[in-house]
Amino acid sequence: MCLAIITRSQVEHVARLARLRFSPEAAGKIAGELDRILSYVNQLSGLDTSGVAPTSHALDPRDNVLRSDETHPGLTNEQALAGAPAAAAGMFRVPRVVGGE
Amino acid sequence: MAPSTDLAKLSVAGLRELIRSGAAGPDEIWAACSSRIERLDPLLRAFLCVVDAPPAAPEGTGSGRQGGPSPGTGAPDILEETRRSLPVRLDGIPYALKDNICARGLPCTCGSRILEGFVPPYDATVAARLRLAGARLMGKTNMDEFAMGSSCEHSAFFPTANPWRMDLVPGGSSGGSAAAVAADLIPFALGSDTGGSVRQPAAFCGVVGLKPTYGLVSRYGLVAFASSLDQIGPITKDVTDCALVLSAIAGHDPLDSTSARAAPRDYAACLDSEIKGLRLGVPREYMGEGIQPGVREAVERALGLLEGLGAEVVECSLPHTGYAVATYYVIAPAEASSNLARYDGVRYGYRAPEDAAGAGDDLLAMYERTRTRGFGEEVRRRIMIGTYVLSAGYYDAYYLQAQKVRTLVWRDFDEAFGSVDALVGPTAPTVAFPIGSKTADPLEMYLNDVFTLPVNLAGIPAISVPCGLSDGLPVGLQFTGPLMGEPLLLRLAYAYETASGIRHPRPPLDGAGQACAGAGAAAGPGEAQGGGS
Repeated sequence: MCLAIITRSQVEHVARLARLRFSPEAAGKIAGELDRILSYVNQLSGLDTSGVAPTSHALDPRDNVLRSDETHPGLTNEQALAGAPAAAAGMFRVPRVVGGE
Repeated sequence: MAPSTDLAKLSVAGLRELIRSGAAGPDEIWAACSSRIERLDPLLRAFLCVVDAPPAAPEGTGSGRQGGPSPGTGAPDILEETRRSLPVRLDGIPYALKDNICARGLPCTCGSRILEGFVPPYDATVAARLRLAGARLMGKTNMDEFAMGSSCEHSAFFPTANPWRMDLVPGGSSGGSAAAVAADLIPFALGSDTGGSVRQPAAFCGVVGLKPTYGLVSRYGLVAFASSLDQIGPITKDVTDCALVLSAIAGHDPLDSTSARAAPRDYAACLDSEIKGLRLGVPREYMGEGIQPGVREAVERALGLLEGLGAEVVECSLPHTGYAVATYYVIAPAEASSNLARYDGVRYGYRAPEDAAGAGDDLLAMYERTRTRGFGEEVRRRIMIGTYVLSAGYYDAYYLQAQKVRTLVWRDFDEAFGSVDALVGPTAPTVAFPIGSKTADPLEMYLNDVFTLPVNLAGIPAISVPCGLSDGLPVGLQFTGPLMGEPLLLRLAYAYETASGIRHPRPPLDGAGQACAGAGAAAGPGEAQGGGS
């Protein structure tokens, strides 16, 4: 089984999902690297795992973790905005997301 | 007491004694570390930020977080309860945090440009606990960007040097913490370990590093890399200090939903050099090909010594070891691609400025620009791998299959612990390697973690202790135990340290900076004598 043949167009697709952008040269380089890493990772497909349950977490989370529904002090609006690259009117400021005019 | 610079060379336990007896005060100790950092850190570059002056207010008075409430917690009563429950005090002891652990008011970069300008408004639980215990935060240490790396070369700022030889890496990703402790810049430091990032740099620098059981130490305030694997651990000069620091940071935390319900305890009380009758398994997969001859010899000497102490050393097998690297490099990038989605240039950190003209900028373009420029090459690579293995059509073949193999890796350990008390072997297959020697091939770098990352997949604890030198460079011996097996690991490590006399081997640094007699140096790297072998 050899899934890991990464094409340029797959790199572009995955980059879009990951909100990254690659120049044509960078895309070629990372395609080669991903191909090599995923080819190595493909050794997992040779292992018989029928009947094996997946482990998502080191400790088996059998019980949910709940807390009482009480309010506690949190960050003030000022503290929450203190690290923002751009803020205005007590809010995070971002490029326009709805149609103008 | 000798000249004040010698204070920097003492262990946490040694400093506690001095403070208790009144022979040295916290400010003198701070000054000693501070002047050693000033002299040596320009060469090592272990620190990303150093605090100028000790905190003015007395520590451990219960008012740890002045200036407003702490987010998400009914702070004052929880803090008071925590303070009362602390099993040890570390009054006046300076320490450093790896720069992916938040401390209120100090920049936290994770070794990345994308967190430029980020100053956390709160303390990580470990930082809060250490403050309550009386320890004094002296700085933040260099690391591979977002803890992705095994050499500290993936820091966005600069590489850190290995104190044993400046052209070598200190290991990683907690390379700054390990180098700082090894070079006596700081009595102890915390690191984080997702696939070996505490133990491997500890091995490369000749210090002690512990990866606790998953959940034993709160991850609140640790910047998430791979949430099911990440764990904070101490990096110290010796095993006693490891136990003391663990006692201060371990314990249940309501702010971390994955925190184990472990009662606080004094781990230093577990230190006992009697290990007669314990059964130690040596996984044959850890002593096979790929391990440097000098590393193998040092480990074999250590095994002989452990036998001489009355432990029964037997060969055992962890048959899926060979699959662990592949498993890890699916699971860790998958979790990372999700965790790192939060760096989008909106709430904190870096936002890339608009390209020329600027008109018509949209949100998506801002995200892509910010993430592409803000993340370094290795981080972008891992986000791409993670996004790929989670994407439609590949999830079952990669991610689900890796989770199943994770179960097999865990079963290997579980079966081994059915017949032995603990496992022992090398921490890493090699000693520290030259800066620049592995950066061209990401896969080769990943393979250096082959003995450490199975432990993270299984969630169990492991400790690395120095076990002598190979070609003049430290070799690490790793003890691995079952879940919550820290008391046993500390006992084994302490017994080994005591019998071998290998305790904080000193790197040949004292000619560096300015001349300074190495009078305070404890037992040198010594040789492990071969013990009963």
